[in-house]
Amino acid sequence: MTTTSPAPAAVIAPPPPRRTRVRARSEWKGLAFVAPFLVVFLLVFIAPVAYSVHLSLFREQLVGGNAFVGLANFVELFGDAQFWEGFARVVLFLLIQVPIMLGLALVAALAIDSARLHASGFFRIVIFLPYAVPAVVAVLMWGFIYGDDFGLAANVNDWLGSEVITPFARNWILVSIGNIVTWEFVGYNMLIFYSALRTIPTDLYEAAELDGAGPMRVVTGIKLPALRGAIVIATIFSIIGSFQLFNEPNILRTLAPNIITTFFTPNMYAYNLSFSGQQYNYSATVAIVMGVITAVIAYVVQLRGSRKEER
Amino acid sequence: MSATLAPEVRSVDGRSADPASARRSPRRPHSPLRPRKSVAFTLLMSIFILYSLVPLAWLVINATKTQSGLFSSFGLWFDDEFVLFQNIWETLTYRDGIFLRWFGNTLLYVVLGAGGATLLATLAGYGLAKFRFAGRRAVFAVVLGAIAVPGTALAVPTFLLFSQLGLTNTPWAIIIPSLISPFGLYLIWVYAVDSVPTEILEAARMDGAGEFRTFFTISVRLLAPGIVTVLLFTVVATWNNYFLPLIMLSDPTWYPLTVGLNQWNAQATGVAAQPIYNLVITGSLLTILPIVIAFLGLQRFWQSGLSAGSVKQ
Amino acid sequence: MTIARTAARRTLAVAATAALAVGALAACSTGADATGGGSPDDLDAALEAGGELTYWSWTPSAEAQVAAFEEAYPNVDVELVNAGTNTEEYTKLQNAIKAGSGAPDVVQIEYYAMPQFALADALVDLGEYGLDELEDQYSASTWGSVNVDGKLVGLPQDSGPMALFYNKTVFDQYGIAVPTTWDEYVDAARRLHAADPTKYITSDTGDAGFATSMIWQAGGRPFEIDGTDVTVSFQDEGTEKWTGVWNQLVEEDLLSTTPGWSDEWFKGLADGSIASLPIGAWMPGVLESSVADAAGDWRVAPLPTYDGTAVTAEHGGGGQSVVKQSENPALAAAFLRWLNSDPASIDVFLESGGFPSTTADLEDPEFVGLESEYFGGQKINEVLTQASKDVASGWSYLPYQVYANSIFGDTVGQSYANKADLNEGLADWQSQLVEYGNEQGFTVGE
Repeated sequence: MTTTSPAPAAVIAPPPPRRTRVRARSEWKGLAFVAPFLVVFLLVFIAPVAYSVHLSLFREQLVGGNAFVGLANFVELFGDAQFWEGFARVVLFLLIQVPIMLGLALVAALAIDSARLHASGFFRIVIFLPYAVPAVVAVLMWGFIYGDDFGLAANVNDWLGSEVITPFARNWILVSIGNIVTWEFVGYNMLIFYSALRTIPTDLYEAAELDGAGPMRVVTGIKLPALRGAIVIATIFSIIGSFQLFNEPNILRTLAPNIITTFFTPNMYAYNLSFSGQQYNYSATVAIVMGVITAVIAYVVQLRGSRKEER
Repeated sequence: MSATLAPEVRSVDGRSADPASARRSPRRPHSPLRPRKSVAFTLLMSIFILYSLVPLAWLVINATKTQSGLFSSFGLWFDDEFVLFQNIWETLTYRDGIFLRWFGNTLLYVVLGAGGATLLATLAGYGLAKFRFAGRRAVFAVVLGAIAVPGTALAVPTFLLFSQLGLTNTPWAIIIPSLISPFGLYLIWVYAVDSVPTEILEAARMDGAGEFRTFFTISVRLLAPGIVTVLLFTVVATWNNYFLPLIMLSDPTWYPLTVGLNQWNAQATGVAAQPIYNLVITGSLLTILPIVIAFLGLQRFWQSGLSAGSVKQ
Repeated sequence: MTIARTAARRTLAVAATAALAVGALAACSTGADATGGGSPDDLDAALEAGGELTYWSWTPSAEAQVAAFEEAYPNVDVELVNAGTNTEEYTKLQNAIKAGSGAPDVVQIEYYAMPQFALADALVDLGEYGLDELEDQYSASTWGSVNVDGKLVGLPQDSGPMALFYNKTVFDQYGIAVPTTWDEYVDAARRLHAADPTKYITSDTGDAGFATSMIWQAGGRPFEIDGTDVTVSFQDEGTEKWTGVWNQLVEEDLLSTTPGWSDEWFKGLADGSIASLPIGAWMPGVLESSVADAAGDWRVAPLPTYDGTAVTAEHGGGGQSVVKQSENPALAAAFLRWLNSDPASIDVFLESGGFPSTTADLEDPEFVGLESEYFGGQKINEVLTQASKDVASGWSYLPYQVYANSIFGDTVGQSYANKADLNEGLADWQSQLVEYGNEQGFTVGE
């Protein structure tokens, strides 16, 4: 137990049931352990998904009732410029915000793990703290701070004597949202990375020390490879989060009503379709398509991540 | 072995200042290269601290201001009038103390929702890790696939489904969906594979102990750090739950804090506008306070659990 | 248009709605479903018998009104629920209707949203309980708003005839006279902003309720509804009159871009950077409670016009309706009758700063002559009650107005954001509304 092998941290894949003896009598007992979860899961995930699929094949009108329309909703979605505009926006967001956030998280994790920081425990908890703040509160807070008439942004502009910072302008809004999301989740991702770093066995460092490797060499040769699994899992969660972007733009909407449209992100589009437009069927179609796209991309990322690992 | 495993895992957490404990531990808290601590590097990294703390400082400072003081004074410094305690009092007593009611609701959802989610995830993750049965892998694929479907878009089907069952506008509409934590299931699964040695289970079976008895008497103890970690994440998730209650509840007496606060914020709009931004800010502060305290108080447990979650012994 | 003609049109409209109401009564003998129909006597009997009701409202007066009602009718237990402010409440109501249960007995709905819920067949026709007899008690415009397709789907509570609220201190400081026409208003906007670039004549980032009311005042009638036949057209003369004026403000950057009802907006109203508001008559209560620092600065004048003829429009305001899901619609209707016509209730409403829809109060010398301390002793209700009489008739909202307003920012809002021609944004709005309407089974023409 004292000697441990290099630990590729969590990669999304079912862990192998090592040393488990297959026994006929444990078959039903295993199921008994899993059953309560599965029953609730069936009720709150599978049933609504199945219902969504059902809904997506129909179209109910305010006037004229409900009719089976086959795949017409999907065909319509395929040519829906509003949907694709929102989709392109979250992809852009994903490509820029996620690397920045994960990069910052990585830097913070490596710094805290490097033992060069004074009070590293303080760093760890403070950077993680924003994760505890409810998204609603975080957005309200940043919304006040962003205010370019009376918020901190205004104070900064006054000080600079110009109108440089306009968080709610069209060109800035995605940056403003990205900043809130980064603030909320950088600590969470930092902790995932940090935890993975903690699992690197001491003998690897000792070997490196014997070889006379410098700190940078340790980072690139030992730490980053050991983090690959954690990076894959953090990337997957961030992709899912980006595709589901909703709370932040939706609450900021009152402050930037024309800039943040009702179809700003696919998720907002789905929400507004069903709750403002009562287009429940079309909304379900958006949900299903987004779910499939997200699952496929998450799967591809995981495949690529684990393939590299095998090399 | 079973007795030493959990404490050792726990010792992983930040006792960086104590070299003695590091020597005893199989893994030292830091790279053994032992570089000197650097003031310059610490100052550079303090940008992170600033970034994380400035908005929170803003919240604390502005909770001490009056509604009009909010807009007439510099955001990051105190106003002449210091009314934090009046604000807190007003927040707690506004509309017959509905804030306290929301606080109680949130606690209820957290205790039943997060507690239940942790229990279900622990049972299921353990079952998946330690037993082999048909469909194991299918369970994993389906659970993971489900995370990818946008929850907001599932809200309507879930709402209609729950209203068929007569659950909307009751606490159950919040608690039942909170019972599922795919991430928690995953974490316990990974954790259980290594931290609960099959030999122990075999020995217990030889002694004739039932599986559930073994689970509750032996395995739970071995899983403790993982369980605490999952509990913390589910507590945060239910404490911050916003969208689901917004859809499911129409009666404010069942609101959790997040939805209530946003309703206070929205109250500034329209014909009957009654802006109470000072209470929104003070309420936000009171909302995050308990969870921050829980974070700080439990940190030695959850940090070790998280790192241990990806450890192979 | 002369005053006489406006009045004549209004009378016609009243006659028309009355005729429609009678038609509804005649039809209800067959149309009455589970509610079982009823009469004023049934309402009294229901009050006598008592029972429990749920009432959704976000008005500040609701709590005191419910308390007063329960005192007067101890057998009735009313549970007041604040289910959210405007669209938030509508979403919940919509969900409850869709789900088939969970809706309240009585619900607050703004005028613009009533046709939508009436169309969904979610609201009880109060004509069945003889409440159409109350017509004389309400101003013509609000009564028109609660009559949809020949059914009385609610009783009016407040009203919002538009007037011009302006910051006299700022106007005086820059020597700006109170504008009486929109041309003068645009002129004032230019002068004010030129004199002090931090000050704007008003703030408008694109608000569907405001835009439709301004079009209403200008004589535009973009929405015409006949059953499920709908017309949406922003190409009429009235709409273009409004865009002709407002385009100047938008394109010349003369409007503050602070979104309405944000914290910064309230601050702007207090410090004079937003110098006036063309807005509904319910605004004094909001100013007094939320812009207390500016006490004494503000005054009210009639809404500027295009040609000097006094005419205005309703902006905001709403009433209450009985939901068909109610298990005790007679009791709900009785509560509603008390809520919006009993003097005891109206008094509570007035005390909370609301602006009434009831003619008795609009004509009450005491109400009209009230000197408002906040407004520097001005008898503001003289202006506001006159506005209530000057509301142009013949306006209707779409049977999917809540949705329409939700996509206003996506379309017309883009004109505001780009400081571009509002007509383009309106054309975009129109095409989306036509498309949506047709998809939903309406027959929509342009």
